[in-house]
Amino acid sequence: MNRFAELLDRLAYEPGRNNKLRLIADYLRKTEDPDRGYALAAMTGALSFKNAKAGMIRALIAERTDPALFALSYDYVGDLSETVALMWQPVPLPPRSGGEGLGVGGDLAPQKKVPPTPDPSPPFASQMWGGEKNRRNDPSPTLTDVVETLSTLGKAQLPAQMARWLDALDENGRWALLKLVTGGLRIGVSARLAKTAAASLGGKEPDEIEIIWPGLAPPYLELFAWLEGRGDKPLNRDPAPFRPAMLAHAIEETDFTALDPADFSAEWKWDGIRVQAVAGRDEDGHVVARLYSRTGEDISKSFPDLLESLRLPAAIDGELLILRDGRVQSFNVLQQRLNRKTVTPKLTAEFPTHLRAYDLLAEGDDDLREHPFEQRRARLQAFIEKLADPRIDLSPLVPFQTWDQLIAARANPAEGGAGLDADAVEGVMLKRRDAPYLPGRPKGPWWKWKRDPMIVDAVLMYAQRGHGKRSSFYSDYTFGVWNGDDQLVPVGKAYFGFTDEELSQIDRFVRRNTVNKFGPVREVTHEADTGLVLEVAFEGLQRSTRHKSGIAMRFPRINRLRWDKPPREADRLETLEKMLDKSATSDPLVPAQAGTQGQSA
Amino acid sequence: MRAEDILVPMPSGLCCKPGGFHIDPTRPVDKALITHGHSDHARAGHGAVLATQETLDIMRLRYGDDFAGSTQTIRYGESAKLGDVTVSFHPAGHVLGSAQIKVERKGLRVVASGDYKDLPDPTCTPFELVPCDVFITEATFGLPVFRHHDAPGETAKLLRSVELFSERAHLVGAYSLGKAQRVIAMLRAAGYDKTIYLHGAMEKITAYYQERGIDLGPVELVRGTKKAELAGTITICPPSAMSDLWSRRFPDPVLAFASGWMRVRARARQRGITLPLVISDHADWDGLTSTIATTGCSEVWVTHGEEEALVHWAHMQGLKARPLAIVGYGDEEESENPAPAEIDSGADA
Repeated sequence: MNRFAELLDRLAYEPGRNNKLRLIADYLRKTEDPDRGYALAAMTGALSFKNAKAGMIRALIAERTDPALFALSYDYVGDLSETVALMWQPVPLPPRSGGEGLGVGGDLAPQKKVPPTPDPSPPFASQMWGGEKNRRNDPSPTLTDVVETLSTLGKAQLPAQMARWLDALDENGRWALLKLVTGGLRIGVSARLAKTAAASLGGKEPDEIEIIWPGLAPPYLELFAWLEGRGDKPLNRDPAPFRPAMLAHAIEETDFTALDPADFSAEWKWDGIRVQAVAGRDEDGHVVARLYSRTGEDISKSFPDLLESLRLPAAIDGELLILRDGRVQSFNVLQQRLNRKTVTPKLTAEFPTHLRAYDLLAEGDDDLREHPFEQRRARLQAFIEKLADPRIDLSPLVPFQTWDQLIAARANPAEGGAGLDADAVEGVMLKRRDAPYLPGRPKGPWWKWKRDPMIVDAVLMYAQRGHGKRSSFYSDYTFGVWNGDDQLVPVGKAYFGFTDEELSQIDRFVRRNTVNKFGPVREVTHEADTGLVLEVAFEGLQRSTRHKSGIAMRFPRINRLRWDKPPREADRLETLEKMLDKSATSDPLVPAQAGTQGQSA
Repeated sequence: MRAEDILVPMPSGLCCKPGGFHIDPTRPVDKALITHGHSDHARAGHGAVLATQETLDIMRLRYGDDFAGSTQTIRYGESAKLGDVTVSFHPAGHVLGSAQIKVERKGLRVVASGDYKDLPDPTCTPFELVPCDVFITEATFGLPVFRHHDAPGETAKLLRSVELFSERAHLVGAYSLGKAQRVIAMLRAAGYDKTIYLHGAMEKITAYYQERGIDLGPVELVRGTKKAELAGTITICPPSAMSDLWSRRFPDPVLAFASGWMRVRARARQRGITLPLVISDHADWDGLTSTIATTGCSEVWVTHGEEEALVHWAHMQGLKARPLAIVGYGDEEESENPAPAEIDSGADA
């Protein structure tokens, strides 16, 4: 458990993606089977233990500690698992010297360290280092011990087993054990990241692992054997496998001159979630259907309503949307359907999912990926007609002959053919008619051309130091606009969009214009005539009760620094209110969810 | 005869009226006995100061030659008569020269332990247990969540990180008196023999430790070293320097911090630390409770820190216990800001 505990500990503090990858890969390389396989399972969410709940942990610690000391400690630490991990006092206690007759309660007695004898030894004599570590006699459990024991252990025996493990582990080991069994490691590692680290062991692409992943199970012995060149690549016998997705590059104005409109077809870029919907027949001839995220994570469980519609063997690339009365809802609405632990009938009724298809990767036993887009599109159209399911439709093409026509459609999707769904359009996609379906992000065949963002001029109010490489820079900015009383009210927070050079300019400005410090946060001068105006770009606005201004921005970033502009000329809250009225698409029945994060898919 | 007839807690620190002195006073007094050189305990401006040679030397390094009217040296184990009380100094194991002070009058023994730890430290004399009737203790880490018994395990973690991220620099935040030198000595004990770099604020104290015969191996000021040369190296600096412009001279630094506070995750996160090292120069919960129990005292006074839990614990053991809440102790960290000159030299590096 110790090495796994150290890995979790480091991952929990490490903000950088590449550094996390290094830490995981290093762990997987140095750790034996089957421990590393179970670690990979833990990080990819493939393990779950039903019986370990916070209540049980509380009961365990109550048996070992004085309630007042526990209360003071919990209050100080603020996290139950962490408090228990730190406070846990192993029994039985080793004998201790001195202090006879003090009636030390078993729960509180110091369990270690005989204080050095009063021996006036020379100051710098060599010191004893041994004896500090590994004082216990019993070996601590391995990760494999924990996982395999828990998979068979009954609920009634769990508390005693947990207590034995907690006795045998050190502070960090106990913390890791409690995180593991109570579910949700929350160490900022996605399944994709963990698989990417595993792939790096054998110099493979993460997509290669995604493809075979559904056929694998912990502790992944076959997978590691293959990655280390000791065995064949595991076969994916899954009847409904994931196929690595093809991604687009953002197009720049200058790219158009080199492109011929006749080579391309265009579609709307929908503001939903990119998914791959796959159905196949198993050995018994039953249809197996799965829904994957664009990175290959199996998200079927979250969308049982859509799964029922995947009746014919095929692999569809498309956008997951919420449709009400045939009309596409905004991403805000879709967000409320996401990340729910349980999918209730009420949820599926209120947020009916829909698949808008734009590519067909396979049909029956035919792999279509080598065919040009134009042919795949024809197959897709025929397939959707044959399927004839109200939950799955074809994403329409945007007709155009010249770039100017496409520019006009993009500027006004409602007129350009998207009609009432125009609000759910976030731009257009360009696809070469002759391009095969290629995994990854090849440059040239596919382009995305997003709508222009909304822009306001706001005033920098607070700055906070960043993390990792940016830990000495004030890189997180809270900005505001003027309200009716000529006061600045915060409307958002942004921490990217600027160049390194701009970052150091803002950092210098923040350090020289600080009026107040609150821990890592600095309040920066923001008067009518002194202060820094930031041009902020964002993708949308919604009402928010969490923000004082009543408005939350989606995906805000710093577009430009307006050193030339005095704060008094920054935008006003009314301007944002008007933008909000214009862009309001959220259903009044559903309160808009607070939050400014962008879509994750 | 009561303990209060020997020592009285005052806002200015512990006062011994029959002996005519204070212990670690927080404001200038005529006669002061100083337990150790950290700035919250050892302040400038007293009339006369009695302390160990190392503590006096450290005060001189920090405050200049005229830090006190007069000074007198006392060795570990040595006694001195002041009025009708007898005082003696005993190793506290906290930093170089740190002492507990025993004050005895008519058979009643009071020990003011200053800051102490009962764990091995290659840079100072080990803690000595002094039997007494009244034990005056700190409680910086006086909660049962604070356990820092595995310092070598923490340096091993640092060395594993240096090995894995060999193209990055490792910055280790450490208080400039005691912790910095202890971390260096522990790295040496773990077999690390490369040059260890120092922030300018560490220079004088570290040189002093070396003068006193503590082997710290090759150490060098980081000033003037090229960024590329700092890849794969370890630099020890004051904790505050890690968020300063100064830190930009390092290639993609891993931010480590050697402190007992690192035991609590939220503490490490607030500071943006990515490699917390639980290494403390204070006794942890087990150290505090086992020391109190072993002194054989019947009464405990708690000077500063998380006194509530420790007083509660002492009561459960049937001991008399009271918090003194002396204001001004425990601020060593705050006084660790680097000199302005150091910040400026960092800006153009």
